[in-house]
Amino acid sequence: MAETAVVVKEKAAPIKFGKKEKKLLTDPLNDNNPITVQVLGICSALAVTTGMKNAFVMAIAVIFVCIGSNVITSMLRNVIPSQVRMIVQLVIIATLVTVVELTLKAVSFESYKALSVFIGLIITNCIIMGRLEAFASANRPWESFLDGLGNGVGYGLILLIVAFFRELLGSGSLFGFKIIGATSEYLINTQESWLFGWYANNNLMVLFPSAMFVIGIVIWVHRAWNPSLVDVS
Amino acid sequence: MHSTRSVIIFGIVMCAIVAFILAGMYNFLKPIHDSNEAAYNKKAILSAVADHIDGDFKALTEPQIQDIFTNQIKQVVIDTDGEEYDVAAVESMGYVGGMAENVDMAKEAKKDEEDKVLPVFIFTKADGKKYYILHTRGKGLWDAIWGNIAFEEDLNTIAGVSFDHITETPGLGAEIKDNVAWARQFIGKKIYDEDGQFKSVYVRKGGAKNDVYEVDGISGATITADGVTEMLKRGLRYYEPFIKSVKG
Repeated sequence: MAETAVVVKEKAAPIKFGKKEKKLLTDPLNDNNPITVQVLGICSALAVTTGMKNAFVMAIAVIFVCIGSNVITSMLRNVIPSQVRMIVQLVIIATLVTVVELTLKAVSFESYKALSVFIGLIITNCIIMGRLEAFASANRPWESFLDGLGNGVGYGLILLIVAFFRELLGSGSLFGFKIIGATSEYLINTQESWLFGWYANNNLMVLFPSAMFVIGIVIWVHRAWNPSLVDVS
Repeated sequence: MHSTRSVIIFGIVMCAIVAFILAGMYNFLKPIHDSNEAAYNKKAILSAVADHIDGDFKALTEPQIQDIFTNQIKQVVIDTDGEEYDVAAVESMGYVGGMAENVDMAKEAKKDEEDKVLPVFIFTKADGKKYYILHTRGKGLWDAIWGNIAFEEDLNTIAGVSFDHITETPGLGAEIKDNVAWARQFIGKKIYDEDGQFKSVYVRKGGAKNDVYEVDGISGATITADGVTEMLKRGLRYYEPFIKSVKG
């Protein structure tokens, strides 16, 4: 009886995109960003941001898993036995991650090799599990879809910002397109340019610690720009 | 609250559905995975002699790599006595076309020494110089590691290496593949001493103490580095009869 009642209620509320839905989508991009505000998913953010390409592939993968698991959990939320709900959520995430892994291995083997274990580790990305527990298990599929999209994009956005600085300052390239460096292959050849003769690419930016610095700076800038975040604890 | 019975039924149904989806997808994509992996391995073999290939090695496309493989590489399969196998005999072991590139080293690693077959890739540079690329496989910290070791014509001096692994830790053990500067240390090292005794190359924790037979270890990856040492020593030993027969 209880389940039928819920179904009827869901039919009564149509899919719409109003102020509340817009907030679901934009909140994780700014006020509730998974990386800079909630400080979740840092491990993969440190690891895959040496290049824009890897960060981009990772962002797409996380967005897919985030949306997929949110929608599936939300659709099954009245069926999943509450005693084992976390195990079920984990199975849903693991399945989607394996789907991503198998697809990536077929579509772009180089990216698959470059991202190595980090694709598999999306399973342990707290952002995804957190959204399932906090949102999808209590909301309708449409809202869960928006929430998953928002959080996935919020994560991917920071990943791309960090990767932008790390790849540009570390390897002198963006998406593998060579921009500044000491050979003629680069757009700006520091050996010949009178303006950039002093410039050298910083190897530290390729290493993991620099991701920590860059994320720290991004968080700082984010809070300076959006003072409402300051002293949220 | 759901009853225990409904929880168990839910679990079984969920597992069956998930298993069905993943198994189906795996089988459907397997041929693509295999061909991708084969192409990737070919590039890894060639990257051991990357310095001796014209143009930007990283930018080589799949057809170009295939091209180098057909025109500049001679593939030989040998046994641990240094005897060359003929194509039909290798094919009967289940390796497609009897080609060295199709020898499954994971399978060979499990065989006894006298039953093993080993791949040899002989790369001829544009100027006619020859390089021998030998393959070796061992254990890292978590799983298998392997390497393609390219030798100069004297089959003593290393001309280049490329290592790979299944799942070593990124930033630590995985450096054997990712850290180009580390791998480049091997160039110019020798595996035989002046008396012709087999020495192999030692990956020394704390830094190489010898210019010719040792390279620096990797911080935080002692076990993987030791795995490389062990793999080189054992793996290259299998090739000794072959090396002797080539040298004459």
